[in-house]
Amino acid sequence: MIRLEKVTKTYGDNHTHALDHVSLNIQKGEFVFIVGDSGAGKSTLFKLLIKELQPSSGEIYVNGKRVTRLRRRKIPMLRRDIGVVFQDFRLLKDRNVYQNIAFAQRVISVPASKIRKNVAEVLTLTGISEKYRSYPDQLSGGEQQRVALARALVNKPKILLADEPTGNLDPGNSKIIMDILEEVNRRGTTVVVVTHNHEIVRHMNKRVINLKNGIVVNDIGEGGLRA
Amino acid sequence: MKVNSFFYCLGQGFAGIKRNKVFFLASVATIAACVFMVGLLMSVILNVNYVIKEAQDSVCITVFFEPEVTETDIADMNKRINEWEEVSRVEYTSPEEAWETFKEEYFKDNPELAEGFANDNPLATSASFTIYLTEISYQQKVVERLESMTGIRQVNKSEITASALSDFGKIAGGASLAIIIVLLAVSIFLISNTITTGITVRAEEIRVMKYVGATDFFVKSPFVFEGVIIGLIGAIIPLVVLFFVYRSAINYVVEQLQTFSSAFAMLPLKTVFVLLIPVSLILGAGIGLIGSSIATNKYIKV
Ligand SMILES: Nc1ncnc2c1ncn2[C@@H]1O[C@H](COP(=O)(O)OP(=O)(O)OP(=O)(O)O)[C@@H](O)[C@H]1O
Ligand SMILES: [Mg+2]
Repeated sequence: MIRLEKVTKTYGDNHTHALDHVSLNIQKGEFVFIVGDSGAGKSTLFKLLIKELQPSSGEIYVNGKRVTRLRRRKIPMLRRDIGVVFQDFRLLKDRNVYQNIAFAQRVISVPASKIRKNVAEVLTLTGISEKYRSYPDQLSGGEQQRVALARALVNKPKILLADEPTGNLDPGNSKIIMDILEEVNRRGTTVVVVTHNHEIVRHMNKRVINLKNGIVVNDIGEGGLRA
Repeated sequence: MKVNSFFYCLGQGFAGIKRNKVFFLASVATIAACVFMVGLLMSVILNVNYVIKEAQDSVCITVFFEPEVTETDIADMNKRINEWEEVSRVEYTSPEEAWETFKEEYFKDNPELAEGFANDNPLATSASFTIYLTEISYQQKVVERLESMTGIRQVNKSEITASALSDFGKIAGGASLAIIIVLLAVSIFLISNTITTGITVRAEEIRVMKYVGATDFFVKSPFVFEGVIIGLIGAIIPLVVLFFVYRSAINYVVEQLQTFSSAFAMLPLKTVFVLLIPVSLILGAGIGLIGSSIATNKYIKV
């Protein structure tokens, strides 16, 4: 589903690599954690996958598409296969929960009748149905995170990338988010989660890719072997 | 683009205008000024051409012959003059025809008076050519050439200053064209600034759209609609103004000037506006399209 071959990313004329010859392979339906210190290159990896950035060298394949060679006008189709949840949520403050989620469908020309059904579905999945008319600043951090998650899921992506989905959350809320992610994975979506939270990683018992200064230092549980 | 997406983007375009009123008004005002100038220039050019054309058709040179010239000489001259490229046609008026015309004009009320001349045509030497030209500016040249011919007693020409008219047209046209180009540049600049402001205001929204896989076209089209709407509004205002200006101009010309000279004439409202309306709308929409394309291409990248 996701394959990187000796991918290196250097920002500007910086001499340190944000990613340094990273090769990895994530299968369809996998649940993978990516851990590593701040600045290890985790967000950079996500940006490469959605072709927000171009690698300095190496090849990237996502869902059978050769991302590194993908034409500019094909990028939207790549991104419809990938749902992304950002560290900072990126919800639109002038719209309520329902509108924020519907927006993701609206702008890829989904018919209005389907939008209503799909939004209702992800609202239920993420457990924020009652809050659908609230505006982002009327929500708690955990609730905002769930809206961001719902928005990433509403287009039914094949891959879900979540950058620090439990970053600022207490253990209770973190657990809710992780349960949702597991449920999404159970329904067939490949899930990749960046996190600092070692407690959760230990508890979930999934594959863990450890990045350090842009290098994969270890990849525990690859190919179904769980440490 | 699907129909519902079209209306969504169109609606977003209007929403953009509402968010951004001051820039909107400035853009509309300059586009309106630009389209107004174009419309004015077009009306003037169309009418000047019309007047010149009308004058052209009525401009003719009348030639009278020496008494000793025979009918065969006249027929021969007719043929020769007709071959000049400046001449569109030559009409021959025989002395009899001249007398008939004269009679009708001056003895209309008492035809019995004219009967006294029946067998002694007082206009026996009034045979003439009426020469029509292919272009008004040839008049002087043709007159000179006719005067140098033998057998010709007198050459009468029309006193028309059509060349002065067209010279005026050229100067006015050049000046307006310069103004139009400046206004065009300012309009495009202002529209692209208006749209850029809209893009900045909605940067967060655009970012999300791109992450969820909206196409470039979808992201850009609300802004393009916004530009085109501004352009069209900017075109409709001067069209309305021009309509009333033109209508009063026609009234003025008909009521005031045409009593002095029939050379003053104006094209009917419809003839001018059939051209003016599409030109203005296309110009307005075009300015909007170019202005917004500049802004979106510069500031919206995947
Ligand atoms: N736009 C940029 N320009 C220059 N350098 C950058 C840019 N973005 C990231 N970097 C650098 O690349 C390296 C990796 O950054 P990245 O954002 O991928 O880290 P991260 O693992 O996501 O960190 P965190 O856990 O803090 O989010 C860092 O050294 C960072 O300073
Ligand atoms: Mg990061």
